[in-house]
Amino acid sequence: MYIIVAGGGKVGHYLTRALIDAGHEVLLLEKDRSRADYLSEDLGEVVTWGDACEVSTMKEVGMERADVVVAVTGDDEDNLVICQMAKRKFHVPRTIARVNNPKNEDIFEMLGIDATVSSTKIIFNLIEQQIETDEVIPLAPLQRGNIEIVEVDLGPKSPVVGKRINQVALPQDALIISIVRDGHAILPNIDVVFKEGDSVIALVNADQEAQLRAIFAESH
Amino acid sequence: MKVIILGCGRIGSTLARSLVRDGEDVTIIDRTSTAFRRLGPDFKGKMVLGNGIDEEVMLKAGIKDADAFIAVTNGDNTNIMSVQIAKEKFHVPKVIARIYDPIRAYAYRELGLQTICTTVVGARLIKDTLLGKELGAMADYCALNPEDPVI
Repeated sequence: MYIIVAGGGKVGHYLTRALIDAGHEVLLLEKDRSRADYLSEDLGEVVTWGDACEVSTMKEVGMERADVVVAVTGDDEDNLVICQMAKRKFHVPRTIARVNNPKNEDIFEMLGIDATVSSTKIIFNLIEQQIETDEVIPLAPLQRGNIEIVEVDLGPKSPVVGKRINQVALPQDALIISIVRDGHAILPNIDVVFKEGDSVIALVNADQEAQLRAIFAESH
Repeated sequence: MKVIILGCGRIGSTLARSLVRDGEDVTIIDRTSTAFRRLGPDFKGKMVLGNGIDEEVMLKAGIKDADAFIAVTNGDNTNIMSVQIAKEKFHVPKVIARIYDPIRAYAYRELGLQTICTTVVGARLIKDTLLGKELGAMADYCALNPEDPVI
């Protein structure tokens, strides 16, 4: 697969190296001359100095035969233009943009970008998992955050402790995927009885997260 | 008419003052407060400080009931992105983007955005003046044909 990476910051640098290691044909575009020289020292001839927003650069690197274009500069507006030009002018089948402002995820989708990656949102979710301010911890957003995989840790006062799985009425759009007990994943068959210290892993529609919390969390 | 202008540089400030004089309702956005000095002390329009591709800032500027959104920052991509948000998300009836790069201006005009490439307009105007030609119609100055030797 021929992959063009636009933007040679830290993300672009290590992404390019990982893609090369995975056996892909990769080209990294960086518009700052000295930064491009620095990157070539490490990555070799896959680095090209040029502005990925300029059509002349796009032609030079053979954008029309790229399978994927990944725009990972630090500016959302540049990432948008790179992907739109790649898609509409050079008919690149798949374009992926990094978004720095998480709110731009929806706008990028509306404007025809195939996929977005929001580093801010990913880091926020990871930090939320670590600081555990809430009983329901989001593990992974799916479908742009409309559906979530969450973890609920059962404390001693949780109203479901001692109950069988089929005695607990879940919200309509929620599904228990697994119960993690003493480091082992248990499949949610009807014989499972919730115990204190269990971690319940569930799939839930984001707007029913509060209902899920009300069912599993300790009553205060 | 309620007009939002993004970018209080030379074009943005001149346009804002001119529209206010015509009696239009003008809001101008810029990310540096010192840029607003270009408007002069008696400017009657509204000034909003912030990043023009941030929805919150656009909402603060009143994008929901704007009749027009004009992007004239010195960043081509900022202008391209902001007018697309104004058009596709907030359904502003009239959006115009100033784009320095003729190729990008042409590409986005083909995609249905109203773009004005001041680089091409300026070069043609200066050339005709230099050659002592009678000045042509504005549409000819604004035309973006990729085969044109100027582009």
